Order: sequence, then C-alpha cells, then structure tokens
Amino acid sequence: MSAFAAEWLKIRTLRSTAWTPALTVVAGGGLAYLVGLSMRRAEPEHFDAMFATFYSLSLAQLALVVFAVLAVGGEYGSGTIRPTLAAVPRRGRYYLAKLAAVAGCAAAVSVLTVAAAWVAGQAGLGPRHTALTAGGVPGTVAAALLYLVLIALFAAGVAQLLRGSTAALAVLLPLLFLGSQGLGNVPVLRKVTQFLPDQAGAAALHFFGNPDGPGYDRAFGPWGGIAIMALWTAAALAGGYVTLRRRDA
Amino acid sequence: MIVVEELTKRYGPTVAVDGLSFTVRPGCVTGFLGPNGAGKSTTMRMILGLDRPSSGRALVDGRAYDTLDRPLRTVGAMLEGRSAHPGRRARHHLRYLARSNGIPDARVEEVLELVGLAGDARRRAGGFSLGMAQRLALAAALLGDPPILLLDEPVNGLDPEGVHWLRQLLRGYAAKGRTVLISSHLMAETALTADRLVVVNRGRLVADATVAEFVAGAPSLEAAFLQAVAR
Repeated sequence: MSAFAAEWLKIRTLRSTAWTPALTVVAGGGLAYLVGLSMRRAEPEHFDAMFATFYSLSLAQLALVVFAVLAVGGEYGSGTIRPTLAAVPRRGRYYLAKLAAVAGCAAAVSVLTVAAAWVAGQAGLGPRHTALTAGGVPGTVAAALLYLVLIALFAAGVAQLLRGSTAALAVLLPLLFLGSQGLGNVPVLRKVTQFLPDQAGAAALHFFGNPDGPGYDRAFGPWGGIAIMALWTAAALAGGYVTLRRRDA
Repeated sequence: MIVVEELTKRYGPTVAVDGLSFTVRPGCVTGFLGPNGAGKSTTMRMILGLDRPSSGRALVDGRAYDTLDRPLRTVGAMLEGRSAHPGRRARHHLRYLARSNGIPDARVEEVLELVGLAGDARRRAGGFSLGMAQRLALAAALLGDPPILLLDEPVNGLDPEGVHWLRQLLRGYAAKGRTVLISSHLMAETALTADRLVVVNRGRLVADATVAEFVAGAPSLEAAFLQAVAR
C-alpha cells in the first residue's frame, strides 16, 4: 500500500503524466463530435452510430499510451529508478504498485473518455443519435472501456520491457499510427495485422464495420478481439516483469 | 554494520568486482577508496540490491538489502549522479520516497531544512546546480534517520561550506554509533573525515585498516594510496 501511495504521488507530481490523461479525455470527446457530424449525412448502408461514437479513441489512445510509457519508462531516463528500487527493493512489489497506479489512472481516464465520446458523439449525430439501451450498444461501450485500460497496460508493459520511454514510444507510436492503421488497410497484410493488439481490440469498437454486419471480415468476433488484446497485454506485462527482475537497475 | 562476502560482479568477460570481502563497522566513518573503475560504485549498488552479484553476497545489519521491509529506515544511500526526475519538485521527490517507507511528510520538511534546501523545495530538480542536486540526494539518504549511511562521492559539487557541513554531519553520525561508508577520490578530504579505510583496486581488496595504519610510514594519505594502487 505504501509503495502504491508513492507511485500515485509520482504520477500526480509530473506535468507530463498529469496532462496526458486530460488530453485523452478532450481528444476523445472533441473528435467524437466531429465524426458524429460527418456520419450524420452517411448513406444508410454506411451508417454506424457506434463507429461514429468511438472512432475518436484511435487518436485519444495515443495520449493515454504516452502517459503510460512516461509513467513507467520515465523512471529510467531520469535515473529515478535507482532511488525508487532502493526504497522498494522487492521488485515485484514495485511493479505491482506502479501498474496499479497506471491502471487506476487509466481506468478513470477510460470512464471519462468513453463518457465524453458518447455524449459528444450523440450530439454530433444529432437526429440520428442512438440510445445506451439500443441493441449491441452496452457491449460496445463495455469493450471501449476495456480497450483503453488494456492499451495503457500494454504500453506500460512495453515500456518496462524496453526500460525507457524513447524506445517504447519508438515501437508503440508507429505500431498505433502506421503499422496498424496504415498497413492494416492493405488487404493482404490485414490477414496478419488484424491480430496486432490495437487492431484486434478495435474490431469490437466497429472500426472495421459492425461485427454483426455483412461487410465484417475479421477472423474473430468483438470479444475474441478484446481477448487477443488482453493476451498481448499479459505478454507485455510478463515480459516487463522478467526484465525488471533480471536486469540491474 | 555492512558485511560484504566474496562479492563478485562480471559484465561479460570484464570482472568489475572480484571476490571482495570487508566489514564496515558502526561508530566510525569508513572511507571507500580506489581509482576510477575500481568497482566502488558497483559494490555500493550491489549492497543496495540494485545490481545483482555474479556471486557472493552483501548484508546490512545481518540481512540482504532486498529483504528489508522499510529499507530507508535502515540504510540511507546516495548514489552517483542525478537521481531526481528533472520535472519533479524537490519536495515531491522526497515525499514519494517518504510515502514508500511510511515516513511522515513532516520529516521531508526537516531534511529539506537540514540540507539547506528549504527555500528551494518548490523548484524542479532539473533546474538545480550539481551542488543542490547533491544536497537533495543527501536529504533523501537522511529521510529515514537510518543507522547506516552509504554515500557515493558525497562531496562532489559541494562548496567549501557544504563540504565542512557534511564532514561535521558524518562525524556526528559516527559518534552516535552509526555506520558510515563514503566513497571518494579526494584524499585530503577523506583523511579529514574517515577513521577507517577500505581500499580497492581493479575490483580487489587492497587494504582494510585504520587511516593511521594505512598511512604509516608514508608522508600522506595520498602518497600511501598511490603506492598501494600502483602494486
């Protein structure tokens, strides 16, 4: 508990880790309004209220990923990892405390971002807005909430695995920007890229069409996608733990 | 009390610390001397559980450091180089360390006062001069009022007043029966501060003696040191 209190205080006392969560919420809400506005005029066969509501998370997640990377990897760039581990020498205890602080913050940010995206997205959709109780909506909202927490923890695991912010961002930002979204649009590559962590999870958010609709061409359903993302996250966190245990601080 | 037993650290083919054994006793200041690359910092990091020994072990008050529940209350350590995040205020750097070991926030203000940083507590550590960064690291070491102090090059960057203040502080700590180990490459300063010496060269023990015993026959500590590490 005391180790968690320390990690929580660390997150609150750096400008970077205090602002990136706020930016996540603003980007998630702001962009959802714009996507909703443009979806308002869509042909019925292309209309998807869930896509309009949550597509903003593809951009908002970048701020959350930067947050998680700085919270974990920043320990190494600044040299803070040494006094930290001298104060909490049991590395498993430190890692749990750090992850709990990151996950707790990510969960709060996720709730606020999804809520902001929902409200702004429905406002943008105007007359074509949907209701929380409509068919398929509660599941998609739940997937969105999970998606943001998982992507933050995945980023935290990668940052610990690579022991630094710069290396982690050099892997994660291309993955989220180009590798996944850019190359993910090439049909041949999609057979492979659909299994990347963000792509797998995003299938549940209607990024590639309504999973119940006719045009959906993924090898897994929405919850299968979230499960694949959870496996990636577990692997990254486990990899991070192994490096933390084995390597000198 | 710090006990180092057959401590060895290899980085690939390089042996940084080679079967090192010594004991740091309470009630005196022990100087940890050696040329650059002799393995002083590596040894200190191994004592603190930051680096894993290739073989051998180090015990503080009879226990491996990484089994201590609230280590800042047992060992106060200051390592080489800057260790506070440049974007974090000095007070917050000390507060998270205090929280992690169940030390009250009031103690943070005490050590800030003690090292002369009370007026700079709201400044971010990135804007600190080397001397101020050293004072902040010292404040962190003193946080848990520990019976053992382990300081790597503590006088680096301190002004003459700071050097004098630190010497008085360390002498006072030893006089109260505490254990103090300070690494240094400054011979004159070590001669003024230390009672005992542990001298290492190329990862091996060269001497473990009182300052008087080590210097015996030589004109100065510096002369005795240069002679010892030339062998």
